[in-house]
Amino acid sequence: MGPEMIEAVRLTKRYGAKTAVDDLSFRVRPGLVTGFLGPNGSGKSTTMRMIVGLDRPTSGTVTVGGEPFRHTPNAPRTVGALLDAKAVHGGRSARNHLLSLAQLSGIPASRVEEVLGVVGLRDVAGKRSKGFSLGMGQRLGIAAALLGDPQVLLFDEPVNGLDPEGIYWVRTLMKRLAAEGRTVLVSSHLMSEMAVTADHLIVIGRGRLLADMSVRDFIARNSSDFARVRVADDDPGQRERLAAALGDAGGRTLSEPDGMLRVTGVPLPRISDLAHKDGIRLWELSPHHASLEEAYMRMTQSAVEHRSTDDELAGFEQEEQGPEPLVVPEVPQQGWYVPPADSRRDPRFAHGREPAAGAGEERDGAPGRAPESREDAR
Amino acid sequence: MSAVQPSRGAQDPAAAGGVYVSPIPVRRAHLGDAIVAEWTKIRSVRSTLWTLGGLIVAFLGTGLVIAWGVAVTSVERSSGTALSFGFFGALLGLICVMTLGVLTFSSEFSTGLIRTTLTACPSRARVLGAKAVVYFAVVFSLMLALTWSTAVLQIVILDARSPRPGEWISATLGVSLYMALLGVLSQALGALVKHAAGAITAMLGVVLLPLVLALFLISPLPKVSDVLLTYSIPSQLASFYPALGGFAGENGGSGPTGWTSLWILVGVTALAMGGAYAALERRDT
Repeated sequence: MGPEMIEAVRLTKRYGAKTAVDDLSFRVRPGLVTGFLGPNGSGKSTTMRMIVGLDRPTSGTVTVGGEPFRHTPNAPRTVGALLDAKAVHGGRSARNHLLSLAQLSGIPASRVEEVLGVVGLRDVAGKRSKGFSLGMGQRLGIAAALLGDPQVLLFDEPVNGLDPEGIYWVRTLMKRLAAEGRTVLVSSHLMSEMAVTADHLIVIGRGRLLADMSVRDFIARNSSDFARVRVADDDPGQRERLAAALGDAGGRTLSEPDGMLRVTGVPLPRISDLAHKDGIRLWELSPHHASLEEAYMRMTQSAVEHRSTDDELAGFEQEEQGPEPLVVPEVPQQGWYVPPADSRRDPRFAHGREPAAGAGEERDGAPGRAPESREDAR
Repeated sequence: MSAVQPSRGAQDPAAAGGVYVSPIPVRRAHLGDAIVAEWTKIRSVRSTLWTLGGLIVAFLGTGLVIAWGVAVTSVERSSGTALSFGFFGALLGLICVMTLGVLTFSSEFSTGLIRTTLTACPSRARVLGAKAVVYFAVVFSLMLALTWSTAVLQIVILDARSPRPGEWISATLGVSLYMALLGVLSQALGALVKHAAGAITAMLGVVLLPLVLALFLISPLPKVSDVLLTYSIPSQLASFYPALGGFAGENGGSGPTGWTSLWILVGVTALAMGGAYAALERRDT
């Protein structure tokens, strides 16, 4: 068995006139979590189905451990796959579902209880899976994939429908499985999740390979870091002066709607120096590191299949009785400030939690805070 | 909940050449495994309980009601044996056998379970074979018990003469084999059509349409009508019963009866299974 556990060679799949997967070649190696990314309809699921022999490639081959999947002597012992969490008979209990799968490949029945424990479904194992939530269905699917203790694991959108605790659990699970020397291929739309889970990325768009590299390389190649600068609001003209000074220093500035400046090409200390020299006061100077999401969006922009347009509601507007125009607050984005002092006595902020920034405030749904779209989690 | 399990793979990944090796011994999977798994599947859904329960009620109930009716009205008994009265229960029970047969496959397609099944067992022939073996065994053993007990009850109720061994075997073993084969034929149709309603309708058409057509074709096309009547599944099933054997004979003259009917159905079922295998092998799931 070669070190390349999954190997696709010029894999192509056409459905009539539509080409779902186009001349795709890649290798997935053991010991790493490989993220499989691409916009909706880019061919991720089709590729995964071809790996396990559910779809037949129009041309090209894909092998697992050097063999086509259909020829593996005991498939679940080599490859475990979660392709579709709903691929169970709703009338059968989770335990019986797993038991039949275990029997199919001669896995001892005691293993069923083991995986039920691993995914945390032991309490509901006797219940019919029809009543399962999406998250529970995902856990059952993961249990089925782990059942054969396989060397290769495929997960198609494993965190879909899971709660934050479940997402964290899947993340640790993937990493542990890879650390044990298994080959782990995970597709996901959640870039923030992929950024912390995956070591390596395979990105496809419109069925073609766009990138096959480590997460770090991917971000470095497909995005650029910048600095965010906020000058004192109380002295008009400062912003323009700073922008001019930065321009002279070889930087590029971009004005954001909330009055921030986005600066590239000038390192942070130099920005501070320039501002100091011109007597410009800065209220904020922060580095912004590009996220996987940005890098991904930039790369796949041209390959997006299902692009949304603005919902214009054309022709539905009523002339007279239109809704009142939204009142735009004077200072719309204050999310990063500490809320007013009296909100500290607000019962919602009890439990001794600092109501300072971002996450906590958002969770409590504190009013009067404009959504902070540009402030990335990373 | 258990977030992180202690690593079970005793081997150090680096020592094992970087590839994980499971501590659970690996062996080749075979048809026996698939049969055990299929048995777990069929016994763990309620539709099995309902359809097979329906089969028992329909078969026993019809048999007893008819025997009782005949006993009360004391109509003249044609050939003197009560075995033939089992036919009506078999005809009704056929619907249950066909429905469950179709469901064993179509439910996998409609729920998407087929993708899980074929990922766990990529050999289509093994999946198909295991389903056929298990369902055949289930229907056959249940039908054997039912035909046997119903026949005994009917003979007791009607106080009829005891049938000859040939008649007895044909009406119990023969009928059970025929019904079980029809169950497997339904499975093949379920795999081919994928859709439960479509497959059940197709199966009912296969069973009933020739007979219905024959009735309307008697005057315009008597020859065609004869063939349809002779080879329709109800007539073939009837030919296993002694007194009803003449039913097909009257119209078709020298039509196949009893064991010959069984061989015909074996051929048809084998063809349908071959088609189902080809479809599973070639189709994307």
